[in-house]
Amino acid sequence: MNEPRRWLPGWPTLLLGLLVGAVLPLVAPIYYLHLATEVLILGLLATSFNLLFGGTGLLSFGQAAFFATGAYAAAFVLKGVAASMPLALLAGLLSGAVTSLIVGVLSVRRNEIYFAMLTLAFGQLFAVVFLQAYRITGGADGIAGVPRPRLGLAAFGINLAPTLNYYLFTLLVVAAVLWTLWRVSRSPLGLTLAAIRENPSRTAYLGIATRRYRLVAFTIAGAFSGLAGALFAPFQGTVVPDFASWVMSAEPVLMTLLGGPGSFFGPLLGAVFFVALKDTLGSWTEYWPLVLGTIVVLLILFLPEGPLGLLDRLSTPGRCEAATRAPNAEARA
Amino acid sequence: MDHAGTGGGLLGADPVLITTLVLNAVTQASHMLLLALGLSLIFGVLRVLNMAHGALHVAGLYVGLSVVQVTGSWWVALFLSPLILAAIGAGLEIALIRPLRNRHPTHALILTFGLILIFQDIFKLFWGVDIKLLAEPHILSGALTVFGVAYPKFYLFNIAAAMAAVTLVWLFLTRTIAGRVIRAAAQDPEVAAAVGVPVPRVYTAVFALGTFLTAFGGVLMGTIMSFTPAAALDTMLYAFAIVVIGGLGSLPGAVLGSLLVGFIDAFGLLAVPGWSIAFVFIVMAAVLVLRPHGLLGRAEA
Amino acid sequence: MTTMLAVRDVVKRFGNLTAVDGVDLEIAEGTITALIGPNGAGKTTLFNLITGALRADRGLVWLKDARLTGLTPERIVWAGLVRTFQITQVFPGLTALDGVTVARLARLGRGWHPFRLANREAVARRDAANLLEAVGLADLAERLVATLSHADQKLVEVAMALACDPLVLLLDEPTGGLAPEETRGVIRLLQRVALERGITVLLIEHDMEAVFAVAQRIVVLHQGKILADDTPAVVRRNPEVREVYLGRRFTDSR
Repeated sequence: MNEPRRWLPGWPTLLLGLLVGAVLPLVAPIYYLHLATEVLILGLLATSFNLLFGGTGLLSFGQAAFFATGAYAAAFVLKGVAASMPLALLAGLLSGAVTSLIVGVLSVRRNEIYFAMLTLAFGQLFAVVFLQAYRITGGADGIAGVPRPRLGLAAFGINLAPTLNYYLFTLLVVAAVLWTLWRVSRSPLGLTLAAIRENPSRTAYLGIATRRYRLVAFTIAGAFSGLAGALFAPFQGTVVPDFASWVMSAEPVLMTLLGGPGSFFGPLLGAVFFVALKDTLGSWTEYWPLVLGTIVVLLILFLPEGPLGLLDRLSTPGRCEAATRAPNAEARA
Repeated sequence: MDHAGTGGGLLGADPVLITTLVLNAVTQASHMLLLALGLSLIFGVLRVLNMAHGALHVAGLYVGLSVVQVTGSWWVALFLSPLILAAIGAGLEIALIRPLRNRHPTHALILTFGLILIFQDIFKLFWGVDIKLLAEPHILSGALTVFGVAYPKFYLFNIAAAMAAVTLVWLFLTRTIAGRVIRAAAQDPEVAAAVGVPVPRVYTAVFALGTFLTAFGGVLMGTIMSFTPAAALDTMLYAFAIVVIGGLGSLPGAVLGSLLVGFIDAFGLLAVPGWSIAFVFIVMAAVLVLRPHGLLGRAEA
Repeated sequence: MTTMLAVRDVVKRFGNLTAVDGVDLEIAEGTITALIGPNGAGKTTLFNLITGALRADRGLVWLKDARLTGLTPERIVWAGLVRTFQITQVFPGLTALDGVTVARLARLGRGWHPFRLANREAVARRDAANLLEAVGLADLAERLVATLSHADQKLVEVAMALACDPLVLLLDEPTGGLAPEETRGVIRLLQRVALERGITVLLIEHDMEAVFAVAQRIVVLHQGKILADDTPAVVRRNPEVREVYLGRRFTDSR
């Protein structure tokens, strides 16, 4: 059979996930809810990353820049403007969108290799700015004491400080955003982006403004990365420049590889593995980059499509070459 | 960087200060040139961007330190360290990069990105997180008067060494048969293979050469300026910025790019330390907008 | 007859090599013209110049009264000139139907939609399905293009090109690497499609049997210059052309 099979069809999986997520508090201790919140937030970051990577064939080493931007924006809002989560999330979304638009305009001008390096470079630039502009960002210490505000009107609101409440809130927000991203991936835009991934030079010769589409994808990914950051700020309580570091940018890459870039839910699955890994390694995390790097190298060498991709490949013979094949030589530059 | 002046007041009217700064910029540029040349060579011939290229530059220092520990000689380290790293580079190319030849280019990027993480922690593990510096050889200590300024002999040696290395590479690529073979493989690997050029071996050799140059620059730079493991990434960004600014595949472009970046860094360090890398990126961004193929790059990259 | 595509004194040099040396061409509307010549004659370079992949050192290219010179490849497609490639350029990881749909969505200006479900884009999908049927691939529509045979992939590429509603179709060796029956199939298809839709066709070909079966006019390119530009019968008898092909008889298919 040479037709593509989707291992995890959209609607049912999302609903199932939501169900599992809702049931989780009944069976798991608080600590796991805390981890689950982290899985959701990082999973959102990774899924945004994969809109670019698996969806458009663009490798961004700088998503952490927008994640951090959203985190700082949310921190500013929550501490300085209003104790309003919706406003903080909006700030994260918009700041992520604006900054990724600017970076994107500069980064999509050439091919995928330049794109990757430029996103890395700009990511570092953001990290430097967050570190050096200490009067605004608090420098290396960052911004501490980011609150989890009440959600809703005073008397009828829900306090988000308890882990359970914040977890449920994050679950709902992330589910809604993932549904949006899923629709985008299945839309004409998503299909065109997939075509650009498959053969960027061909799309140009079909009248498709490849650069512009890449920019749109980058902005969408940046916006939702910012939103993830905005969720992360009150979760952690502190926002530091390291949120924009390149090691942080490596995390969505790894999560996507762990789950599989070829499937929409791959990055989320990868986030589960990732958080579990980080949690079990515990005290070993002094050499976290070494572990991270080794796993990345091994995965890309031997299992670039991730477990979900492997499942796909095993069940549909003849499909293996398609996903990892290099685009034609004419596609360069 | 050893600055002769006090750093306050932008440039002022002090000719000694300015001359020193200019010389500093050129010294800085010469290290970067070795770094960027290696990258441009590998990128231009193999079409692979080795993201761990900066890590190999920094490794030049670390391996050099160990060589000095064992042999007691800086000069031995200057040549042995790059040789060792060239061998490691060749090994990396054969074992990790070659298998990814037919895959989407992002795969090699991800892999070499993972290598930066690994290298960085290996440096931490074996050599520690502290700032490391190589001690300069006795012959080259002290200063020489150039352009009316007393300038360290060692810095001048660096400039000379870099110029010599670049000239040798240029001669090699343009005047020797091996150089012609490399350029043929770079231009059209399929045709080259068809006429009997052992393309995979050429690739490995070029990778090793590029790594040698970079590590050589690392030993030199590590004697003037200290490194920490974190430098593995930053040097890569500088190298890439130079390639973007100067233009890929152009030796004069690498020279021009290195000089520009060297100057921005040296003068930026004086004016607003901590932000100098930001200036480099701003220039890079400007070049991308105005001349996407680099100042001296060719239109068909 | 209206001139659909006009190439005026186009020159392209690569260093010391002059790939295209002052080429003048006028292709009439609705005709099928074959561009032949030995390897290295400059045929693909000429295509690249017309489609915007390369910038000419001199000369202009016109599509009816629209100037193509200086436009980006995307704009040229929008003007109505579409090409296929010698090395088939398709979307291996997409199904044939999806691939043609992408092309059609672009043409209809609906490729931007971030929210509708692509498989509910009825018009685009129906058009794509029809195009695949027109090229004879109706039953392979849901197959991944990477799993299709070389010949079928070429047909997918043609379908994608047709999805752009071209006025002029530039085909670079459409029968390259195909077996004789496949070649005949492609040729018949081209004739039918071009006739039905009134598309002007310019094709680069090495297969002489195909050329003589379909071309109404033959242009011979040699070392960047036009050697002959006439009906097949006349070109066939041209002594210079025969010499260029080293005396090979034109009834050879390779």
